[in-house]
Amino acid sequence: MSITTDTAARVAKLARIRVDDDALPALAEDFNKILGFIDQLAEVDIEGVEPMVSVTPMRLKRRADEVTDGNQQEKVLSNAPDAREGFFAVPKVVE
Amino acid sequence: MSDLNTLTIADARDKLRAGDITSVDLTKDCLEQIEAAGVLGAFVHNTPDLALQQAEAADQRQKSGDAPAMCGIPLGIKDLYCTKGVPTQAASRILEGFRPEYESTVTANLFAAGSVMLGKLNMDEFAMGSSNETSVYGNAVNPWRRGNDDAALTPGGSSGGSAAAVSADLCLAATGTDTGGSIRQPAAFTGTTGIKPTYGRCSRWGIVAFASSLDQAGPITKSVRDAAIMLEAMCGHDPKDSTSADLPVPDFEAMLSGDIKGKIIGIPAEYRMDGMPDEIEKLWSQGTEMLKDAGAVIRDISLPHFKYALPAYYVIAPAEASSNLARYDGVRYGHRAGLEAGDGITEMYEKTRAEGFGAEVQRRVMIGTYVLSAGFYDAYYNRARKVRSLIKRDFEDVFAAGVDAILTPATPSAAFGLGEMTDADPVQMFLNDVFTVTVNLAGLPGISVPTGLDRQGLPLGLQLIGRPWEEGDLLNCAYALEQAAGFVAKPGKWW
Repeated sequence: MSITTDTAARVAKLARIRVDDDALPALAEDFNKILGFIDQLAEVDIEGVEPMVSVTPMRLKRRADEVTDGNQQEKVLSNAPDAREGFFAVPKVVE
Repeated sequence: MSDLNTLTIADARDKLRAGDITSVDLTKDCLEQIEAAGVLGAFVHNTPDLALQQAEAADQRQKSGDAPAMCGIPLGIKDLYCTKGVPTQAASRILEGFRPEYESTVTANLFAAGSVMLGKLNMDEFAMGSSNETSVYGNAVNPWRRGNDDAALTPGGSSGGSAAAVSADLCLAATGTDTGGSIRQPAAFTGTTGIKPTYGRCSRWGIVAFASSLDQAGPITKSVRDAAIMLEAMCGHDPKDSTSADLPVPDFEAMLSGDIKGKIIGIPAEYRMDGMPDEIEKLWSQGTEMLKDAGAVIRDISLPHFKYALPAYYVIAPAEASSNLARYDGVRYGHRAGLEAGDGITEMYEKTRAEGFGAEVQRRVMIGTYVLSAGFYDAYYNRARKVRSLIKRDFEDVFAAGVDAILTPATPSAAFGLGEMTDADPVQMFLNDVFTVTVNLAGLPGISVPTGLDRQGLPLGLQLIGRPWEEGDLLNCAYALEQAAGFVAKPGKWW
């Protein structure tokens, strides 16, 4: 299957990465090379095989549902590009 | 005493314990070397003040007589590890200015054992690459050169800075991470030793995530003994990582007897690839002979799905990366793009991620987005996960049949020139990981041991793959190989 520039543009949009129109053909070409490589997987007989969900056959640990952390507003905000009055600030979202 | 930076961890430990040297002197020697090695591009954020503070504390602790093996040992830390108050960027522009408010579990373990941090090390952006050429800091350079040719070579990637720093004796050892070969390939390219433990041995907490089901931390060191010592200090159960194994960590160093009599070493037929350079082939046969001479039983084995490991990896790793890297949105940390009047939140995301991520990271995030998107999820992502099950089963079958460890080449070539792969298509670069990536998919431990030099004088490594959770046994096999190979070459100092 071949990736068109339209598909490349759609994927860039889904990934929330701005790609200039004139960069789309080269991107589509890269996708085609990588997907062409990946397409080898179609040769494998996967009938009746379960997809792997975990590398080790271990149960994930559970813990008591209780508060173990918190009250770190200053630390949480310390790396924000724009923090105001104890909040993360972003461009207007709702009209 | 000078040149303390050239010591191994084991030697430095013994001298520190005997009171022959101090951690402060050791640390100063390393800092001096780092200062003079800027051209290698290995260290990208230096922390000399912190290092000397930690070294003084380590010397105090040494006097108290209660000092673990890693106490006072100066290390380099890959930029992927969050280090409290110290810039941590994963070699990406998108994390410019980020100073974590917390310490990764692995570095916290190392510091609790008294280790000293000299600074942060270069790497491929978000650990995506095999040549350290995707870093926002610029290339890391291999201390090794082809004879008298002064062309700059790659130290490999993604832990390129770690491998370059250890190989050039800028530090005694370094942390790395390995998602598809990022510890073992750079180790092989620089004549150093690198181990990726079983998935779950080291906590991933506080290590910037690339592909969470594949990522593992591990050390790059100057010897197998050092790898055993440092790995033990890095490991341990961590409730903050739900995939961290709640298993006791053995004394790996105590398991280095060098006795591998009767051990069954598998040689997988599928790894003998078309077009493999004869030098790699020869190295592999020599390594096989060495283990045989040491008393191991050599057995031909088959890993039938070997060929599909890289394609499966290039579905699973980008898929997980696209999900993990969704967090870089310009809101909570790192870079945010400048916005124009009228730009809303979507423009902020799109511009921030376009400016913040380099080309390779963007490409992988988008491939991941594609294979997870509606209509392709089953054809790509689920199929790749099923193939992954088959790859793991191949190993399980071999181990169930009695094989103790598997010997393979670590890389399909020696270090190549920086810039040499620029015009190659992306798939060419992927092939660097062809021998290492199966190990990540199956969650197994793997170690790269320097075993010889090619005809241009560049180091080559062999890889040993072990049973899950049996790093001690694997390290012992690697130790036997190391002793037989007697690799002692060092790069000539030109920097």
